[in-house]
Amino acid sequence: MSGIYIHIPFCKQACHYCDFHFSTNLKYKKDIIDAICDELRFRESEFKNTTVQTIYLGGGTPSVLEVAEVEKIIQTVFDVYTVSSNPEITLEANPDDLTKEKIVAFSNTRINRLSIGVQSFFEEDLKLMNRAHNAVEAHECIEFAVPYFPNISIDLIYGIPGMSEARWRENLHKAIDLKVPHISSYALTVEDNTALKSFIEKGMIENVDDEVAQEHFQILLDVMQLHGFENYEFSNFSKPGFFSQNNTAYWTGKSYIGIGPSAHSFDGKKRGWNINNNVKYLKAIQAGELPMEIEELTVVDRYNEYIMTGLRTIYGVSLHKIETDFGPNFKEYLLKQAAEYLKDHLLYIDGDTLLVTRKGKFLSDGIASALFMVNLS
Amino acid sequence: MKNIRNFCIIAHIDHGKSTLADRLLDATQTVTKRESQAQLLDNMDLERERGITIKSHAIQMDYTAPDGEQYILNLIDTPGHVDFSYEVSRSIAACEGALLIVDAAQSIQAQTISNLYLALENDLEIIPVLNKVDLPSANPEEVTDDIVDLLGCDPSEVIPASAKTGLGIQDILDAIIERVPAPVGDPDEPLQALVFDSQYNQFRGVETIFRVINGSIKKGQHIKFVATGESYYADEIGTLKLNQVPKKEIKAGDVGYLITGIKEAKEVKVGDTITDHAKPTTNPIGGFEDVKPMVFAGIYPVDTEDYEDLRSSMEKLQLNDASLVFQAESSAALGFGFRCGFLGMLHLEIIQERLEREFDMTVITTVPNVSYHAYTHKNPDEILIVNNPSDLPEPSSLNRVEEPYIKATIITKSDFVGNVMSLCIEKRGVVTNQTYLTTERVEMTFDMPLAEIVFDFYDRLKTVSKGYASFDYAPLGMRESKLVRVDILLNAQTVDALSALIHFDNAYTIGKKMVEKLRELIPRQQFDIPVQAAIGAKIIARETIKALRKDVTAKCYGGDISRKRKLLEKQKKGKKRMRQVGNVEIPQQAFMAVLKLND
Repeated sequence: MSGIYIHIPFCKQACHYCDFHFSTNLKYKKDIIDAICDELRFRESEFKNTTVQTIYLGGGTPSVLEVAEVEKIIQTVFDVYTVSSNPEITLEANPDDLTKEKIVAFSNTRINRLSIGVQSFFEEDLKLMNRAHNAVEAHECIEFAVPYFPNISIDLIYGIPGMSEARWRENLHKAIDLKVPHISSYALTVEDNTALKSFIEKGMIENVDDEVAQEHFQILLDVMQLHGFENYEFSNFSKPGFFSQNNTAYWTGKSYIGIGPSAHSFDGKKRGWNINNNVKYLKAIQAGELPMEIEELTVVDRYNEYIMTGLRTIYGVSLHKIETDFGPNFKEYLLKQAAEYLKDHLLYIDGDTLLVTRKGKFLSDGIASALFMVNLS
Repeated sequence: MKNIRNFCIIAHIDHGKSTLADRLLDATQTVTKRESQAQLLDNMDLERERGITIKSHAIQMDYTAPDGEQYILNLIDTPGHVDFSYEVSRSIAACEGALLIVDAAQSIQAQTISNLYLALENDLEIIPVLNKVDLPSANPEEVTDDIVDLLGCDPSEVIPASAKTGLGIQDILDAIIERVPAPVGDPDEPLQALVFDSQYNQFRGVETIFRVINGSIKKGQHIKFVATGESYYADEIGTLKLNQVPKKEIKAGDVGYLITGIKEAKEVKVGDTITDHAKPTTNPIGGFEDVKPMVFAGIYPVDTEDYEDLRSSMEKLQLNDASLVFQAESSAALGFGFRCGFLGMLHLEIIQERLEREFDMTVITTVPNVSYHAYTHKNPDEILIVNNPSDLPEPSSLNRVEEPYIKATIITKSDFVGNVMSLCIEKRGVVTNQTYLTTERVEMTFDMPLAEIVFDFYDRLKTVSKGYASFDYAPLGMRESKLVRVDILLNAQTVDALSALIHFDNAYTIGKKMVEKLRELIPRQQFDIPVQAAIGAKIIARETIKALRKDVTAKCYGGDISRKRKLLEKQKKGKKRMRQVGNVEIPQQAFMAVLKLND
């Protein structure tokens, strides 16, 4: 079982916090779609002996594409690869693109899951982040979409400067009232080379506050738990049966192919990433080349990745798997490194599995790093 | 003997000494093109990287003058840093002449002057060379005037040159032959040779570099080192070309190397006299000193389990660096380590870097300090040597403390006199003299505590003078001072490795800066960490390192995994270089933080 991720590198406008690869210049849209289809064909052999279980169109903003363009890409996947009988096919979409007509049209394609970039139901937050939609659109598009897409996810951002705890709670309750079965919720992060960072540096926007973010996260955990959502990955909450299969594959070490500029691929041993420049990507594909850089993972790299991703999920890190996949010395090392965190109740062991406690969740990268194996020289 | 010329080069860092030496080696065909490697005489990687000469070197050139006469030229390269001024003085004592290299853009610097005075005291013939005349910023007329003022020579004696282009190299060679006197010495007297350098070879042991003043040294001769009193047989002697060339005999006036099977660098002391065992000279060469460390610091392994490895690394380092001294000590905060003595701050940095590079040791260096004399009420006349602030007696039993003072000489442009003055006064300096060398250049002398030089003096001097200040110093002896020990507490626990002796008047300001700096440098942990500075039981400054609230990235999808793994790996590496004291993790650089309080 494997996944295909397709990166659509276009957006209508740039959100102030975003450091993903995208362009607001749609001039090359048609060419990129052709190139994506070409890349899907080039890489046929990579999934020769496996069935495609998930297809994910991410971005950027895939919903800026015409329905026919989306269909063309999905059709190419079906033409080239063996797709399972009940694949999860997700489209990331922004509220401003999701008119009633477009929702209906998407629902008539093979897309069966929508991930909507709502981020907030409040005008102040949306303006601060330079989102293309407004609060009304955020609300309405979900109302329209839910009957057509039972499997729907929305993104919500917390820790936004000026966002009160009450407003954050209200955001969560709106999502729950709209009967959304899956929420991805992220702390607003100030990335390098973003407008947000420069506004903060110039004092135009207040900086994000870790303490506020932590409070919001606690509210998130409480509210989600109360309403029957499972926190199956650090930033992801789901009603039973609605886990994102595509994303779960990333955290459990399954292989995937990433198509399109800046998309990443993983075959279990190597990680690869396409060039993150639309024109260079186009030129390479048009010349029949795959503009990809590749990194081979060592055993230690794979151990570190397993620790890092495992600790973010409800699956945790299986000590048995550590022993069988990496060796008894890895298990011994892991337990030695974990000891102080176990003592401080930031980690706990449940049967065979090492997990992060609720107290440890907001510190889990630091904990993962401490469990890593590294060589100083 | 009349065709031998022994000379050294006096120059400020960056004035082009090593490049000029390389040109001389080219011109005399001492090196072939194939062997040529920029700055040949700087052997250590560290020297090439930093562009300075740490160890001195000697090399012999065969030179045929334009008139066909054959000469032997012994170039005795000298270290270019004030930390090594004793070695410079011994190299100068081995010569009859010196090339005074002055950068045509930067003119004469403080250290050049003090080395020049050393050379003049030793009656060396000075050949002034105006280097880098090809640079657009060169100011040859004015700098020539500066040189003429300084030496009282004729302007025509100053040789314009460019080591880079090769301009003036022939003139320099001619001047060495014509102006530097041939050595004088009696080949028939008992052996009397000056040790001016030694180097360590891991296969052959210590190689002693010497200049024969009188008599001669022969292969196999039973010889004696006067200062150490040790006797050896001269297993091998020879001259130093690019490689060593074994000889049967080295006669009065010439320079050579000696191998005796000595295994430890400390057995060979620079400045010592070599003589014949059976027929010793009655006249050892003057000026010998046992080199004393000026700066002390603790060196500790980051991982306590590496203590024995660190010991053996230090021992190996000492084999080829006799000026490094150390003894075992223990710190309540850091466990077992060594208190080490260094010639100066540069020497300290070199040792630390060599431990990391050559021995793969990750170490913590504690706050450096000088050597103090403490006197207790009980024994007010008995000197208690304090090389570690922790060893200072309690204030109640302490009668007085003395600290080493130096005479600091600073040459700067007149524009910066005010800035330099303020800095030196802030550093507890007292002006003793101020002379205008030219209308533009001022020489100032101060009496200053040596300890103040250790604390971020060089960097600040450079800053306040925009780089136009040079500095040199000489010890003045011990003087009484009102010193207190400022302790640092992390999470209410004293970290002895961070204690420093500070003048009472500055203790509050420095204590405050120290805790601020530590708050910056110590990463946030899972709990609040109070950082306090204290004199005895009295807290004089406090900061808090707030607990880490968030240490997780929101997103971790397919494209994030690789980048994130590398980030966390880097974080882990950083952590491995930290030292846990109590339950606080302290990064290496925090221990040196007090040296960079004004950054």
